[in-house]
Amino acid sequence: MIGTHLALVILAGPLGAALLLGVCPPLRRRGRVAAAVSLLGIAGALVAAMRLVSALWVFGVRAAHGGLMPVREVALTLPWLPQAGPAPLASLGVFVDPLAATMAALVTLVALLVQLYSLGYLADQPPAALGRYYLYQSLFAFSMLGLVFAPNLLQLYVFWELVGLCSYLLIGFDYDRPAAARAAVKAFWVTKLGDVGLLVGIVLLWGTTGTFDFLTLVRAGVPALPPGFLALCAGLLYLGAVGKSAQLPLYVWLPDAMEGPTPVSALIHAATMVTAGVYLVTRAYPLFAAVPDVLVVIAWVGAVTAFLAATQALVQTDIKRVLAYSTVSQLGYMMTAAGSGAPAAGFLHLLTHGFFKALLFLAAGAVIHAAHTNDLRAMGRLARAMPTPTIAFVIGGLALAGIPPFAGFVSKEAVLAGVWHAGLRGPFLLLAVTVLLTAFYTFRAIFLAFGGDRLATGSFHDPPPVMAGPLWVLATLSVVGAALGMDWRGLSFAAFVTGDPQSALPHGGAWLSALSVALAGLGIAGAWVVYQRGAVSRARLRAAFGPLASAAEAGYGLDGAYAALYRGVVLGGAWVVGWLDRYLVDGVVNYTSAWTLRAGVILRALQTGRAQDYLYGVTAGFLLLVVLWWAWA
Amino acid sequence: MLTAYLLLAGLVFAVGLFGVLTRRNAVGILLGIELMLNAVNINLVAFARYGAGVAGWILALFVIAVTVAEIAVGLAVVIVIFRVRRTIEADHLTLLRG
Repeated sequence: MIGTHLALVILAGPLGAALLLGVCPPLRRRGRVAAAVSLLGIAGALVAAMRLVSALWVFGVRAAHGGLMPVREVALTLPWLPQAGPAPLASLGVFVDPLAATMAALVTLVALLVQLYSLGYLADQPPAALGRYYLYQSLFAFSMLGLVFAPNLLQLYVFWELVGLCSYLLIGFDYDRPAAARAAVKAFWVTKLGDVGLLVGIVLLWGTTGTFDFLTLVRAGVPALPPGFLALCAGLLYLGAVGKSAQLPLYVWLPDAMEGPTPVSALIHAATMVTAGVYLVTRAYPLFAAVPDVLVVIAWVGAVTAFLAATQALVQTDIKRVLAYSTVSQLGYMMTAAGSGAPAAGFLHLLTHGFFKALLFLAAGAVIHAAHTNDLRAMGRLARAMPTPTIAFVIGGLALAGIPPFAGFVSKEAVLAGVWHAGLRGPFLLLAVTVLLTAFYTFRAIFLAFGGDRLATGSFHDPPPVMAGPLWVLATLSVVGAALGMDWRGLSFAAFVTGDPQSALPHGGAWLSALSVALAGLGIAGAWVVYQRGAVSRARLRAAFGPLASAAEAGYGLDGAYAALYRGVVLGGAWVVGWLDRYLVDGVVNYTSAWTLRAGVILRALQTGRAQDYLYGVTAGFLLLVVLWWAWA
Repeated sequence: MLTAYLLLAGLVFAVGLFGVLTRRNAVGILLGIELMLNAVNINLVAFARYGAGVAGWILALFVIAVTVAEIAVGLAVVIVIFRVRRTIEADHLTLLRG
């Protein structure tokens, strides 16, 4: 099947590059050559992914027009772990359907743009470090694509962990900096907490149904399992998504992950890795659809995450952290959409968010690269000196805020409509308020960095073409991406992705579009009033929200809670085990040896050195023998 | 009658043993050993008189000869000890103390 062959080509590109760079240190140490190898791999994958998407779209259009029903899901698997019986215990392979193909296209596109951009951003790195960076980039691309094309839960889990490893390697790329090393470890630990849930869920499902395969689970396994048990498994799978996709309460790693290089933040912590959780929920959606209570929980957690993260983005002074909390907030949107029974809307938002968030990060990276600082308070009035990043950031900001005709508007409206139609008023309210907050903090960052009245010190210039090119591509996509919301040749995005010709993106009435645009406009206007015109002083605004602002700045105590949990549970448990080891295990041994010595000291008293005492002993022994002989015989 | 002689020998042996175990003076210990050996002699002669015959007397002579040799050596050792350690009190001779 052409689908699976293309999928294998998509996987082979980055894998080949990663293997080549991994086993051939002389090649890797020559930075630019390594970059070329990696770029070649990902470019090939992108071409194949585009071909795959277009082929599947043609199939989809034909199906929509009542033509012959094509095989829209194909799988190619190789047996991996054998077991007694006809089927292997686990198999590896690819599963191709429009959802996977679209995701793969997003991953390869953003990865290519980011790798190109990194040539400029990391130009002053030593060649060996650059080669190591591109090795990690290729490895990440391969891992993410392996996750996307996974036909079964076990392969998904393997690549899930690989993606986490690559995140660790890339966050801690500059491992000489303790902050980066700590952030990498924190990301790994927090996501690992979620991954435990995922693994337990996978094993539980396998234990009762005997299979890891998605199709089998969905068609045969899900109807057969009791709903309570199914809810448990779905909840555990969702736990993995909570960790990876930065939902409450496991989102604390994402802001710290900004210690990594900005292109890494754009790729991994905006467009691809963090969306793996949303992808899992979308991929396993029939499983979740069978347990509506879990979906409601997902929607609520997503909405609360979106709101809380937006409030935290309001008070950040580091431009990357603003974008990080924004990512957490938008991931909340995607999850809420999935939880509201509109996974296609969530997936559309995943796509558009991938475009404009990567754009925002890369534009911020251009600014950071020139200003040598992340701090918004050290920037100002950069619009004139750096027009390209300014335009890019503004376009990304408008898309993020949800202003038509940018892509973010279409997807955000679809999400809001889906939540409204599901009757979840609480999450809808939270998401609506978050629209206002999103526009406000985005344009706060824009006005602080690019507008304002204070000119930043230092010399600034437009980024070089290798960095500007990706910016223009993503900016175009942030505008053109709005077209995804329309029907093309009778095939809507939702029908393409879910395979159900009846499904469509949720649409609210005109009132919903008006509401979201109005809220966004209000947020932008508010930011303009405070940060550009200075009509309302920032200090008074801050004072008006006093305790809330302090709480937001302190991260609502989550980091402190985790630290306390670590100290209490982990260190406490370690202290108990240490005590047992020292006083019980070692204690027995030490006790025995001490008493042996003591016995020796006591027995020593018998050795007086006086011959007469020894003679006493002889006499006594002899008498004893005589008595015994006399008593016996 | 034999019993009386054996009892006497036993008593003498006990006295000799007591002396060996309690005397502080090394020569006193040797005297105790001497007493024990003489008690053995009494035993042997008594057995010879009451049935064992010549064997008893011959063994007694052996014992006397061995006793003499042993006392000679013992006293020589005591003299050497005195020369080296300036004391012959058993309580002070504790070089082998653990």
